[in-house]
Amino acid sequence: MAMDAHEIERLIKDGIPDAEVTIRDLAGDGDHYSATVLSASFRGKSRVQQHQLVYAALKGQMGGVLHALALQTGVPEK
Amino acid sequence: MAIDQFIANEVKSNDVVLFMKGTPQFPMCGFSGQVVQILDYLGVPYKGLNVLENDELRQGIKDYSNWPTVPQLYVKGEFVGGCDIVREMFQAGELQSLLKEKGLPVKESAGA
Repeated sequence: MAMDAHEIERLIKDGIPDAEVTIRDLAGDGDHYSATVLSASFRGKSRVQQHQLVYAALKGQMGGVLHALALQTGVPEK
Repeated sequence: MAIDQFIANEVKSNDVVLFMKGTPQFPMCGFSGQVVQILDYLGVPYKGLNVLENDELRQGIKDYSNWPTVPQLYVKGEFVGGCDIVREMFQAGELQSLLKEKGLPVKESAGA
């Protein structure tokens, strides 16, 4: 039950084309990741809404195959 | 009672509700444990509901909020977030402000 970091990044970028995605494999086990996702499309949205967009891009993998993805979202600096 | 009605009733009749794995005394997952620690630190009274005791609740809460993971924190009926958002808000002092805005007691030492 693991997922490749590149696969996570690909799914997020498919769903949110302008996303800047940084993934870290926290435990080195391919199962506990942290992701930072920056996108201009997050502007004006609440944190919950931003995370929901990322989860939607992950197409139901979150909470299933992907057990632990610590997520931080935001709008790019400029 | 249908599960969505049960959830709606819980989050409306309790000011602060945490849907979690395990109980506030014995969290069964690190993410749930982190939110428990934050709420305990703030000294705000809350009700913990253990999704591991009820498969219908475990799935129902995900459908209710369109959110794929547990824990989930609700304040005055409103979904605040999961572990990451709660921690981020706590560190920024936003969680303290939110609770105070809603008229809920926060320990003075916890700041805002």
